[in-house]
Amino acid sequence: MKKTNSVKGQRSLIQRIALAPYSVWALLFIVVPLIFIAYYAFTDLDYHFTTENITRFFTTTSLVADGEGTREVRTYVLIFLRSLKLAVISTAICLLMAYPFAFLLTKAKPRTQSILITLIMIPMWMNFLIRTYAWMTILQDTGILNGLLGMLHLGKVHIIGTESAVVIGMVYDYLPYMILPLYSIMAKMDERLIEAAYDLGCNGAGVFRRVIWPLSLPGVLSGIEMVLIPSISTFYISQKLGNGKFYLIGDAIEGQYVANNLHFAAAIAFVLMIVLLIGMAFLQRAANKRVAA
Amino acid sequence: MKKIVELKNVTKAFDGEVVLDHIDLDIYDNEFLTLLGPSGCGKTTTLRIIGGFETADEGDVIFMGERINDMPPHKRNVNTVFQRYALFPHLNVFENVAFSLREKKVPKAEINERVTEMLHLVALSGFEKRSVASLSGGQQQRVAIARALVNHPKLLLLDEPLAALDLKLRKDMQKELKNIQKATGITFIFVTHDQEEALSMSDTVVVMSEGRIQQIGTPIDIYNEPTNAFVADFIGESNILDGVMLADYKVRFAGHIFNCVDAGFEPKEPVDVVVRPEDVDIVPEEKGMLKGVVTAVTFLGVHYEIIVDIGGFKWMIQTTDFVDVNEHIGLSIDPDAIHIMKKSKYSGMFGDYSSFSDEMDEIGEIDGEELAEAESETAE
Repeated sequence: MKKTNSVKGQRSLIQRIALAPYSVWALLFIVVPLIFIAYYAFTDLDYHFTTENITRFFTTTSLVADGEGTREVRTYVLIFLRSLKLAVISTAICLLMAYPFAFLLTKAKPRTQSILITLIMIPMWMNFLIRTYAWMTILQDTGILNGLLGMLHLGKVHIIGTESAVVIGMVYDYLPYMILPLYSIMAKMDERLIEAAYDLGCNGAGVFRRVIWPLSLPGVLSGIEMVLIPSISTFYISQKLGNGKFYLIGDAIEGQYVANNLHFAAAIAFVLMIVLLIGMAFLQRAANKRVAA
Repeated sequence: MKKIVELKNVTKAFDGEVVLDHIDLDIYDNEFLTLLGPSGCGKTTTLRIIGGFETADEGDVIFMGERINDMPPHKRNVNTVFQRYALFPHLNVFENVAFSLREKKVPKAEINERVTEMLHLVALSGFEKRSVASLSGGQQQRVAIARALVNHPKLLLLDEPLAALDLKLRKDMQKELKNIQKATGITFIFVTHDQEEALSMSDTVVVMSEGRIQQIGTPIDIYNEPTNAFVADFIGESNILDGVMLADYKVRFAGHIFNCVDAGFEPKEPVDVVVRPEDVDIVPEEKGMLKGVVTAVTFLGVHYEIIVDIGGFKWMIQTTDFVDVNEHIGLSIDPDAIHIMKKSKYSGMFGDYSSFSDEMDEIGEIDGEELAEAESETAE
């Protein structure tokens, strides 16, 4: 919600001036590109209107071989569903790890809290590519993990090039984005609400279910948004940790872009964006309902 | 009368600092009991120990004959009205009140009936669907009371519930709380630092200071027969003087020998003498038992508050007669206006109005601190 000091909701000159840099930035780098994406998605090479790019996303087929022989699949729908699956799994793992951690973090001493928060943020200061390469050296068949396992005579695991490796990479990269919104909302929670719930007959589980969880939902939602969206459209992690075997929707967009198929690349991006918007609106609504009930 | 709660020798320390020092307290069925004292006296800790939010380091907490030291709050038949209410922001008024009933899986029709009845009791019928954030402070207060009472607890704990309300609303809520207590017959334990509130609402007042109970009694006892200088000073205004008990019913203070109604002291025992400002009569100088000069006059509507210097000791006197600054007046004190107390560690700390304005500042600060404390607690 926008806050204005002046009456009738009109902005003062100073407010306008203060807002100007961001407004220009948002217009140039958010609104205009979005319009371009939509424009490219719905035009052909001669910039005539067409829905063919969108249709192509849903109808292109290809043959894949699996244990039972070859099958014909809808290429991009399959890629999209695969991306969605990996992103949902990563988001779920992030949530399961971050939620209890963030909760316990709010119970720690203030000093411990700030040290731990810094530790969580430090990896974010390092380059994304370097972090992903680091995971390659850890997870490789001859990497650090297998070296450790070998030293302990526990045999070897083959992770690199599997979906697990891609999920590990995503969880590692995006976990802080789940922890921080959860922590900030839990830190604001009034201790007396929890006492009130105990007072009114809830045991620990009841307090969690009826007070802590519903009050933390906004943090859960923004955490999901901040992890699900980047992980559904990631391409680099899957290329490096999946050995290129798990072509994701981000890879598809990059591939089309590199091959100079700008219109189709825009169409894929457009479909992805619409699906995400619908998905998020749905989540938001569900959460609002839960809170109101 | 039946005892509902007994505290026996209850002691509690936080980080080595003793906040409750061997407290013994019996609370009876159907009673409106107030824990009164300045900030940091241990009144809220006492309440939280009864509610189950703190555990006593030593001693026994007995609820209806059963030792409940280690019983968690949700198993106690006790409910609390929290400071700043602690209403659930994600639930509407109805659901806030219905919270404990839903936890107990009470049938829907009964929940409806009981919540409706409670909202009627606190004059909030028709507010069921409202969000709690849209309510005024007084209304939120009522929701908190309804929420705590809907479960028909044996005992209701109220932690400075009126502190956040403005004066007018506060007075109304005081009456209302008293009425609710009478109507429901539930024992109330009320915590406040406001002595006027304590006197006007309670059947029993427990005055606390520095983790100890200073006095337990009816509001009239507490006011008329304070046990020590702390109580005399904290409850109302008092002139507290050093005196010597000459014999039964004879006391000397301020250079004069007075008749009084107290007896049973050692001969020549040093004592503290309390004279309430409203019990002093102003008479012409030559007829006064004591003589002094007026140093300040404040008009307070109902009466004047005047400060009189008598041999260097500043007395406060409340009178409806007008006297002027620098006027020489005489004072007359009836025997039953003189209250004698044993010496205590509080002797000499209170009851002289020579630094009256400073004392007012200090009271203001205490209020400010309490508010800041309450706010920081809310912020957590």
